[in-house]
Amino acid sequence: MVPVSYYLALSAILFTIGVLGVLTRHNAIVIFMSIELMLNAANLLFIAFARTFEQLDGQVFVFFVMTVAAAEVAVGLALIVAVFRNRRNIDIDQLSDMKG
Amino acid sequence: MTPDLILFLILSFVAVGAALGMLFSHNAVYSALFLILNFATVAVFYLLLGAPFIAMAQVTVYAGAIMVLFLFVIMLLGAEQLRRAHRLDWQQPLAVVLAFVLLVEAGYIIFNRAGTFSMVEPSSPGYAGPQAIGELLFSEYLLPFEVTSVLLLVAMVGAIVLTKNKKKDAKE
Repeated sequence: MVPVSYYLALSAILFTIGVLGVLTRHNAIVIFMSIELMLNAANLLFIAFARTFEQLDGQVFVFFVMTVAAAEVAVGLALIVAVFRNRRNIDIDQLSDMKG
Repeated sequence: MTPDLILFLILSFVAVGAALGMLFSHNAVYSALFLILNFATVAVFYLLLGAPFIAMAQVTVYAGAIMVLFLFVIMLLGAEQLRRAHRLDWQQPLAVVLAFVLLVEAGYIIFNRAGTFSMVEPSSPGYAGPQAIGELLFSEYLLPFEVTSVLLLVAMVGAIVLTKNKKKDAKE
């Protein structure tokens, strides 16, 4: 039997790796994938606590998070494609036209 | 060391390794493939936690549909590797320090209160089967479920509008 705190620790590690990805990478698509990793870490927590308290609501929440993530990915990747069409580049450091 | 704990340790090693692989790969295609491995191991965690329906949804929706979309866009744009450009020198070390602080904070809270969380017991049969989830989705969570369908429709329309080729329209 595994203590729930182990799952919490694993989720925290995965979330931190996702944060590092968002902060350090320059490729917009990799940043997007890091966001997915963070969503996944949060989902793992939901499932772990749903299991601890024997409640199904956590699992239903994860289901909704997945659908929202799917919608977010569709729109986000469309945005990246649109940016690439205009700029021929998806390096976020180059996208500083709005800088004051 | 129970078999459960050994399995958990091996799987978490794979999951963290895959996440780090995603972080450090220079090629975006490798990052995507590492992320698929990570999602697959998390699906196994869901199975261990007695959530077979969510585990299958994870494999089909995340590791299947979403990551295929990512790989498709990476290969379509040819954006596997970026050209080196001017970077801010202080940004990366600061990011590492801040991420470490976040991890220490989370770890402090988790292990400070570890006593208040119980062990994951073997589940009763019938817990979280697809039938139970379906009943909950179509009774208590019916409205959010329907709103989700509207959200997916909006996302679909948005994706089509954003990627529509405007130059062709101007000529017509």
